[in-house]
Amino acid sequence: MEQILSFIAAKANYWAYVILLMVGLYAMIVKNNLVKKIVGMVIFQTAVILFYVSIGYKTGGTIPIIIYGDGHNSIIEPAAKAVDYINPLPHVLMLTAIVVGVATLGVALALAIKVYQEYGTLEEDEINKKIRA
Amino acid sequence: MKTLGQITVLFCGGLLLFFTSDFPDFGDANSPASLHLSPYFIENTLKDTAVPNVVTAILADYRGYDTMFETTVILTAGLACFLLLRIPKREVKSRYYLHEPTGVTLRFEGDKYPQKSDVFKRIDSNWVPYDLIINFTCRLLIHFIQIFALYVVAHGHYSPGGGFQGGVVLGASVILFAISGNLRAAIKRFGEKTAALFSAAGVFIYAGTGALCMMIGEHFLNYNFLSPLLGTDRIMARSHGIFIVEIGVAVTVMAVMIWIYYNLSSAGKQDEGL
Repeated sequence: MEQILSFIAAKANYWAYVILLMVGLYAMIVKNNLVKKIVGMVIFQTAVILFYVSIGYKTGGTIPIIIYGDGHNSIIEPAAKAVDYINPLPHVLMLTAIVVGVATLGVALALAIKVYQEYGTLEEDEINKKIRA
Repeated sequence: MKTLGQITVLFCGGLLLFFTSDFPDFGDANSPASLHLSPYFIENTLKDTAVPNVVTAILADYRGYDTMFETTVILTAGLACFLLLRIPKREVKSRYYLHEPTGVTLRFEGDKYPQKSDVFKRIDSNWVPYDLIINFTCRLLIHFIQIFALYVVAHGHYSPGGGFQGGVVLGASVILFAISGNLRAAIKRFGEKTAALFSAAGVFIYAGTGALCMMIGEHFLNYNFLSPLLGTDRIMARSHGIFIVEIGVAVTVMAVMIWIYYNLSSAGKQDEGL
């Protein structure tokens, strides 16, 4: 019993991201409306970002800002040990990915507006019909 | 299409769920991601750059090239929105004006518009009377949001924060102003040309800092070489170089967020909007 519980506690975060990822993928494949597809893309992206941030976590670690590192303390700072701080690298990568994601979301919405101006609808099947006609 | 999508999603999800058992446990300090580069960063950042916030140091110094091109991507996204949507000048069929002393709304057609005056106020076609609470609260909040944004930019070295976060908060303050009032009032204060200029200026600050390092020393984006200009030792020069670069990032991110909002909310006309 205890083994099962510890297994769930160790892997539950991945299951959550897989479910989020699949919600996004489903919206991107199945939904007919272009804005709903874009929303699905954003959910997909969020799942990937959460996954990256979670693999940087260490039990008992704190945020990657070196304690007593500002130079204003009279205490002589001990050398930073990697075990005490969580992995900063995924945070760096995702920090830029979030802002770039917002900017590219703006481009996607701009394209959706352009499509609406051209065809008068955002439903994919109706757009296809109008292109073929 | 629907069943096909469901099958694909269930198949991919099943595969991913099945292989999660091979992944390292949550919170494992010896997971492969934490073993190779990150110990070096944590142990040497303070010695190398005099910046306690490891994330900021990696973002602007160790991975300086990456961040420079991320900033360029953001600038490109703003330009793409502009080029896709912007309609330079269009004949407006009718405009609505509010006669303020009486509260009557008038619709003008053709090119006969009232002169600029105190009694006539231009309003959007889907205008609703302004909500006093929303207007007052936003006017009160925007200053504090902007001061907080500047704090986030300036204290990126010592606390969570930096150029990207502070820039987004700064942009959000102007967007909040545009939402609570109207788009024209926001454009009057932070115009489109300003947004375009600022978004390019941020990238210029970033790349210019790198080029300056190359002119003084020999490496692009190696802030060590700025020490004679800044009057500090070589380690502290890195810290200051990171700060200059973060300002560039903040300026670009702020201007591009506002620019994208202007173009999206008015579908490129920048005449009436959300």
